[in-house]
Amino acid sequence: MNYSIDLTLKPTTFDLWHVCLAGTVVLLGLILIVVLLAGLVSVARGKKKLIVETLKQSALLVPPKAPEPEVKIVEKIVEVEKIVQAPAPEPIVLKEATPDAALQLLNLLQKEARFIDFVMENITAYSDADIGVAARVVHEGCTKVMEEHFKLAVIHEGQEGATVTLPKGFDASSIRLIGNIVGEAPFTGVLVHKGWQVTDMNLPKLTSGHNVKILAPAEVEL
Amino acid sequence: MSNLFGHSGSNNGGEGHGQNTSEPESSGNATDNTPDTETGNSDQSQTGNTSGPHYSVGIDLGTTHCVLSYVDLSTSDEDSYHQDVMAIPQLSSPGTVEDLLQLPSFLYQAHALELAEGATSLPWTAKPPFLVGEIARNLGSKTPIRLVSSAKSWLCHAGVDCKAAILPAEAPEEVERVSPFQATVAYLQHIRDAWANKHPGEPLSEQDVTITVPASFDPAARELTVEAARSVGLEKAILLEEPQSALYSWIEKSQGEWRKQVQIGDIILVIDIGGGTTDLSLIAVTQQDGNLELTRVAVGDHILLGGDNMDLALAYTVKAKLEQDGRRLEAWQIQALMHGCREAKEKIFSQTELDTIPLVVPNRGSSLIGGALRTELTREEVERVLVEGFLPRVASADRPIVRPRSGLRTAGLPYAQDAAITRHLAAFLAKQLSSTDELSDVKLPEHATFIHPSAVLFNGGVLKAEALAGRLMEVLNSWLTAEQAPEARLLEGADLDLAVARGAAYYGFVRKGKGVRIKGGTAASYYVGIESAMPAVPGMPPEIEALCIAPFGMEEGTEAVLPDDEFGLVIGEPVRFRFFSSNNRREDKAGDRLEYWTGDELDELDEIEITLPEEGRKAGEVVPVHLTSAVTEVGTLELHAVSRQDGKRWKVEFEVRAGEES
Repeated sequence: MNYSIDLTLKPTTFDLWHVCLAGTVVLLGLILIVVLLAGLVSVARGKKKLIVETLKQSALLVPPKAPEPEVKIVEKIVEVEKIVQAPAPEPIVLKEATPDAALQLLNLLQKEARFIDFVMENITAYSDADIGVAARVVHEGCTKVMEEHFKLAVIHEGQEGATVTLPKGFDASSIRLIGNIVGEAPFTGVLVHKGWQVTDMNLPKLTSGHNVKILAPAEVEL
Repeated sequence: MSNLFGHSGSNNGGEGHGQNTSEPESSGNATDNTPDTETGNSDQSQTGNTSGPHYSVGIDLGTTHCVLSYVDLSTSDEDSYHQDVMAIPQLSSPGTVEDLLQLPSFLYQAHALELAEGATSLPWTAKPPFLVGEIARNLGSKTPIRLVSSAKSWLCHAGVDCKAAILPAEAPEEVERVSPFQATVAYLQHIRDAWANKHPGEPLSEQDVTITVPASFDPAARELTVEAARSVGLEKAILLEEPQSALYSWIEKSQGEWRKQVQIGDIILVIDIGGGTTDLSLIAVTQQDGNLELTRVAVGDHILLGGDNMDLALAYTVKAKLEQDGRRLEAWQIQALMHGCREAKEKIFSQTELDTIPLVVPNRGSSLIGGALRTELTREEVERVLVEGFLPRVASADRPIVRPRSGLRTAGLPYAQDAAITRHLAAFLAKQLSSTDELSDVKLPEHATFIHPSAVLFNGGVLKAEALAGRLMEVLNSWLTAEQAPEARLLEGADLDLAVARGAAYYGFVRKGKGVRIKGGTAASYYVGIESAMPAVPGMPPEIEALCIAPFGMEEGTEAVLPDDEFGLVIGEPVRFRFFSSNNRREDKAGDRLEYWTGDELDELDEIEITLPEEGRKAGEVVPVHLTSAVTEVGTLELHAVSRQDGKRWKVEFEVRAGEES
């Protein structure tokens, strides 16, 4: 028998075997189309989401930033997962001092008391008398700033150097224990420093364009 | 400078309303708000906030400082009375806004390139029309040519057109000038906007506003003050004399105890020494139907002499001392010295154990320790210069020294030539000897050469100094004992810095019928000059007679008509009259003609002017008119010419100071 296959041959008879063969080919073809379509649809859906997101973003922000939203989403998911997994320790937030208020205070001290001038000057060459004269200017000005913008109060009314007693439940943030700290409250000890606290303050407001970094403008007399 | 606290609670109130530019509220559309310029509204204020004003606001429009105080009318009655002084937001230096109890009455005309963009914005406006308040004073201390100060003193300066742009007087050509009137408007506008910022929804134009003026303000200056208030929308603002206001404040502070501190027959002398002016008034205590009554019987002249003169005097004393050591001082050093002297003076007066206060004027450069100028101010100097210089022990017969003005004097304010306040006081008391003649409750001894005050009320920050207040009382009492009169006592408990504003706010409350009211009326009698019918004498000006048109003490809301004195006025042509005032001719009635008077009886004010518009008549036609005078409820004097024929009225203008004579 000769089993060589002649590919040019066309089936001459239409028997069941050939019907089955043709059916299988059609079926496989269909499956391929379905799989390809499914793949296409899923890709298209993903794109649609992206487009919607981008549109939303661009509606909020004028310059459209395409890749950012995806990253954000990922981040959010991660955070949520974290919290779900470990809810116990709260993050410690340290208060950050606002630089504006600090600079403003320096500005006031310079304006009223020539504070920066005094501190930045090399005083080694001057006599104590000369420094004393300047110190008056600084002291008077600083007092003025303190009186105008801060209300000060002493924390402990007792006489410095006298023996005082701290009751149970004293405020540890306003009274600091030093030295031989043992035993239980009430504590008895010597008042070393009466302490200071600000009970009220009132710093000037600043206009939006004001540059607080200018502590003292250069002066030019015409 | 006063401490800011105690009012900081209200500081945050206005922050959210940053963009509230608050245009002037014209009361034109106030249909549901009855224009209540007068009494009879006490019921209204009780019914709620919608009808009638919510607050009574007092504005002390001072020569050097403005203060605003207010009373909540809805919660106040005679038992519970709530009064506050409003901290006024203002620029203190470029870019910083502070709430201060006082608004310095200074205006600074900055150069276009001087300040950075946005450095002058206020909580209610990004660019205020003028820089006023602390910033003006601060910038002006280094650039005086651009600083407008003492605008108020210019308002009653005869011979100056107050609406002409003349300030700063000494500025070079290119500096834009403002008129004294404009400066006053600028201060009021700032106060109005500051109020709107702190009290959103309750504009100042809808509150009862009382503005204080010196008792010595002439009718034109009062009118200008009212006009300034009107121009910023304060249509209902009324005037009150400052010494009266100080007394109101004292009455309010005494919480009813004042009735025990004064008796019938007392004459209260109010001495108000402010930053730039000294004002004197006499108020008599009388009785009416068993109730105590207060009557303002006399006011003094406008004396341009105050606390600033004292600081300057000290600075020049120190300068002289330094120049003896061969050191020459520059202008900025004198300025700094004056500042230092002010603080040193306050310390010496308040701390009796101090005998010397070191004064240091630091170098202007960044090196603080090198070139500082150091000197001392001693107690002896302060007492010699201030106590002996300003309050010398003089006799009651002494009078202020008047030097003839030198011809080269530059145009400026007529500052008092004699710095001795005690001599001005002696002159005032002697001049007012007969001021209480009509009051049966007040009795003066026959031999009295001056009026004998029995109580004294002080006002003004200068008199916080024990040494000055004590000396003033000592001198006054030495005069009284010399005439065997009992010593005058000092009325205690006055708030010397803020009393005028507080008293003005209390006055708004009193006007609701809730307390004792000081009877006042016009502070002077007024006259127009009329050429007498006499044959002309070559080389001699025609004789002039003074026709009294408003008597002394003419009360608010009254009118005086002079039907017998007829004038022919020419249509379309302005007619001017010479105008006089007198603060010691009490007996003159409206219509009296004076042929002769002594120099210190009548003071000549600026001329007044009547212009009859054509209004259907022919130009050149002569209309017979007579004059009427009226004191308005606001507290200003109004003169009208009334036509004989049809009763038509034309207003007589005070403000005719336009530059002809200057």
